[in-house]
Amino acid sequence: MHKIFIRSFVSSLVFLFTLTVAAVAKDVKAAFVYIGPTGDHGWTYQHDVGRKAVEAAGYKTTYVEGVPESADAERVLRQLANSGHDVIFTTSFGYMNPTNKVAKEFPNVKFEHATGYKREHPNVSTYAARFYEGRAILGTIAGSMTKSNVIGYVASFPIPEVIRGINSFTLAAQKVNPNIKTKIVWAFTWYDPGKESEAAKALIDQGADIIAQHTDSTAIVQIAEKAGVYAFGQASDMDKFAPKAVLTSVENNWGPYYVERVKAVANGTWNQKDTWHGIGDGMVVISDLDSAIPSDVRAKVNQLEKDLASGKVHAFTGPIYDQKGNLMVADGKTADDGMLAGMMTYVKGVEGDIPN
Amino acid sequence: MIDINFVGLIITSIMASAVPLILASCGELITERSGVLNLGVEGMMIIGAISGFALMTVTGSLFIAVIGAMLAGILISTIFAFLTQTLITNHVATGLALTIFGIGISAMIGKNFVGIPGKEFPVLFESLKETIPFLSPILFGHSIVFYFAFALPFITNYFLKKTKIGLIVRAVGDSPVSASNQGINVKLVRYSCILYGGAMCGLAGAYLSMIYTPQWIENMTGGRGWIALALVVFSTWNPIKILIGAMIFGGLTIIQFHMQAVGVRIPVQFLTALPYIVTIVVLVVISRDSRKIRLSTPSSLGKSFYKDN
Repeated sequence: MHKIFIRSFVSSLVFLFTLTVAAVAKDVKAAFVYIGPTGDHGWTYQHDVGRKAVEAAGYKTTYVEGVPESADAERVLRQLANSGHDVIFTTSFGYMNPTNKVAKEFPNVKFEHATGYKREHPNVSTYAARFYEGRAILGTIAGSMTKSNVIGYVASFPIPEVIRGINSFTLAAQKVNPNIKTKIVWAFTWYDPGKESEAAKALIDQGADIIAQHTDSTAIVQIAEKAGVYAFGQASDMDKFAPKAVLTSVENNWGPYYVERVKAVANGTWNQKDTWHGIGDGMVVISDLDSAIPSDVRAKVNQLEKDLASGKVHAFTGPIYDQKGNLMVADGKTADDGMLAGMMTYVKGVEGDIPN
Repeated sequence: MIDINFVGLIITSIMASAVPLILASCGELITERSGVLNLGVEGMMIIGAISGFALMTVTGSLFIAVIGAMLAGILISTIFAFLTQTLITNHVATGLALTIFGIGISAMIGKNFVGIPGKEFPVLFESLKETIPFLSPILFGHSIVFYFAFALPFITNYFLKKTKIGLIVRAVGDSPVSASNQGINVKLVRYSCILYGGAMCGLAGAYLSMIYTPQWIENMTGGRGWIALALVVFSTWNPIKILIGAMIFGGLTIIQFHMQAVGVRIPVQFLTALPYIVTIVVLVVISRDSRKIRLSTPSSLGKSFYKDN
């Protein structure tokens, strides 16, 4: 009788203990700081899809939208760190300094900064996606499908991320069609449907029959649909906005990374790291290919996707020349991450100058 | 050799981008002519944009959507009218609040409408589009809102100069006290002008979300309301000059993209700033007569009026 009592007491204690541990583990709270509105259907929207995946995995999340990349960001971060969040994701390049500054003040809170390179404190990690791999796929499709050999490209701001994308796209297109030209128009906005569509219209009027974009709204694919030319979706699958025009989209898939990192915080296994994932790790996803793409191109694209994922092919494989004909990457070599991260020159075949 | 049809296409793009500016500016012009400064243009436009898009999605009727967008513009400007005319609040502060309110509430309503593709808006005279080179793409194949926008400056001009109600509006704007002594109901006139401005801004917003870029995205007016406001001032309250200003602004925006695509070696930052600079310079030059400016500025602009009985 006595023994049974003790045994049940101990077992219930153990049970209670595990329950509390489970409860504590589940109690991890993650916060997300967004540059734009969650309704932009582009950059921020995709981060929020990732946040929902964290929520679905059983963790509590909060988010703050439309946070300017200024002293305001610090204030928001401090408030989030103070109100019991264990891990904070800051999802825009401009949050780099505020993130590191606030991280110093809250050593027990983990900080995850997207697309940056500063990890000044042990509780700051950085992460980004190799979108240029996706752009190599788009370039392959564009080079194969253009009839006018003029490809339009609406760009946002002259930063390495965007220039890397233009280069990767152009190199891949040249590989399948050496005669193509990439015409770039800088819209100087990430997100202004009116301006973006005006830029796209200008490119179409000048003979581009395929339009690529590195801005966030769906306006460009809609203009392409109206004009009867092809286009590619950005950040999310934009097929439903322009079913005929959109050949495929490059999707940003943050969910798996977010869930993994929040789980790591919960298990106490979180450590500082720098993540730069591509197609292979599922951070960059290619949407379904449109039926307008002929089967030989489709096969080529599928193969490239597989090879990029396995690492057999690198999007920046030499010989690569810049616009003036100087060798950037030697024959048979690939560009290293340092070169990719600071890429500020066009490759041969891109028209125009990079605005400074 | 530049293809003449290509020039036609560019002019068509320019006109299409000028439409929302013309609509909003002409609406605001009437409001300001009655002596009320409504800085809420951006807010009213964005409310029109979401209302039009939401109604189109829910009811499926483009007609209801366009009318609804104008009514929404009227509704939100009623708030402004009530505050500034009945409660005699400061025009500038209330207008700014209206813009912030509009952007916020449109984002809230718009949550459920993100990511829904818009509908095709019917165009007129599409069959004539191929008949005359250069001219037909400019003249034919546009939405009814497009034609209305290009008629509006002339209608507005006629209204202000030749009709009795137009003269009453100007009298109220220039001297509400004298107008009131003449037996004119200043409050009623100003209320009407504010609501009319709201309707036009609502229509401008609906044009953006239903015709120009058929979709809803938060903040999609992208500062066009502020440009419309600036056009009113720089045009010295002259509707015809608004038309010129809107065309210059739209034109330079479009042409700078073309120059980039052609590869003209001018710094892109300069090209991007060009529409703003040139529009202001041109409008300042064409209306530089300071006496004329003083005469054309509504004397009571932005000043509250109340009658003590």
